[in-house]
Amino acid sequence: MEATIVYDSRESKLASAAPDGDHLWLSLADLGRATGWEVKPQGVCRGETCVPVPKGAGPQGSGWTDEKGGRFDLAGFARHLRQPVVHDDESSVWVFGAAPGRGLSSAEAPDFALPDLDGNVHRLSDYRGKKVFLFCWASW
Amino acid sequence: MVVAVAFDSAGEAAVRDFVRPTDLAALPPVIRDIMGWEEKLWERAGTPTYPCLIDRDHVVAELYGMVNVPSSVWIDENGRMVRPPESAGSSDNFRTMDPVTFSMPADAAEDGKRRRKVYVDALRDWIENGAKSRHVVAEAELLRRTRGFSDDEALAAAHFRLGTYLHRHGKAEAAKRHLDEAVRLRPDSWNFRRQEIVLRDPALTGQFAATPEYWEALQALGDRYYYPPVEMEGMPDPVHPNQRATGG
Repeated sequence: MEATIVYDSRESKLASAAPDGDHLWLSLADLGRATGWEVKPQGVCRGETCVPVPKGAGPQGSGWTDEKGGRFDLAGFARHLRQPVVHDDESSVWVFGAAPGRGLSSAEAPDFALPDLDGNVHRLSDYRGKKVFLFCWASW
Repeated sequence: MVVAVAFDSAGEAAVRDFVRPTDLAALPPVIRDIMGWEEKLWERAGTPTYPCLIDRDHVVAELYGMVNVPSSVWIDENGRMVRPPESAGSSDNFRTMDPVTFSMPADAAEDGKRRRKVYVDALRDWIENGAKSRHVVAEAELLRRTRGFSDDEALAAAHFRLGTYLHRHGKAEAAKRHLDEAVRLRPDSWNFRRQEIVLRDPALTGQFAATPEYWEALQALGDRYYYPPVEMEGMPDPVHPNQRATGG
């Protein structure tokens, strides 16, 4: 089974994905590739952030990994982080949104990468060192 | 420098004629009233030399908490915002627009030009004076002017993202279900609402999609703002939305 997941605005097609109701099982390798999260003895970690596994959490009671420890329920973990999870079963697409909250936490401008009309990708951070007037518009 | 971002799920087809217009003079005269540019800006008639980016999934809107266009942010050389996401000089005076002819009363058009000039002058002041500009907003105040998002609003963003993905992959019906849900969960997002209208009707791609549904939603705002007033020194007092809400 294959599924597409959208996590942190990044789309990944994952061969190991196995949807099961409201759960989405991934291999640990795909988990890291698609989300940056890793299962470690101290919890589920990404960069300097580690989320401890609550006792009895997850469908197997052993966190969000399955009984053999080879797969991870990303949807269960996301719900623990209060991230919205929506999916379309026919197309096998899962979107993991940002958790509700304060929004911007500092004046640091969130970075992004987008294409121009010719397909060249620009990152906001490419323009560090210059003043930027970020202007957002639409044709509609 | 300017970095322009178009929130357009229809992608290049929707924005090309705006970014590289072949004939500015051919645009309807009312566009001048809506844009509020001075005549000398129209006379330049050049295509932009700055990056014009396409944001099919409204990623920037989500990151910066934007719910309408045009919205802008000023970012200094260190990558820090010095003004929060805010309407780029627009105001609710546009709600005087006739929904059929799109014409605006002369005083409203003039008011729009005045506000746009205050905004552009402030921008020039910051470019010249940097951190010393009186229009720079301190971090605590900047964060006060931004807002977070609720459970429903976070869920709305996820539905919207799934909707744009499905639409891009030819699943129009499934896309509509998720886009509708995004609009229902976050009714204050004109970005969601207006994008959904366009995606539902491909003939509207690249058009000012002022459909009856749009005017009805605008009218339903009553005395709530479409463009919350910009807190900026020198900006005229806000146009009270209810005094101006004649559209529809």
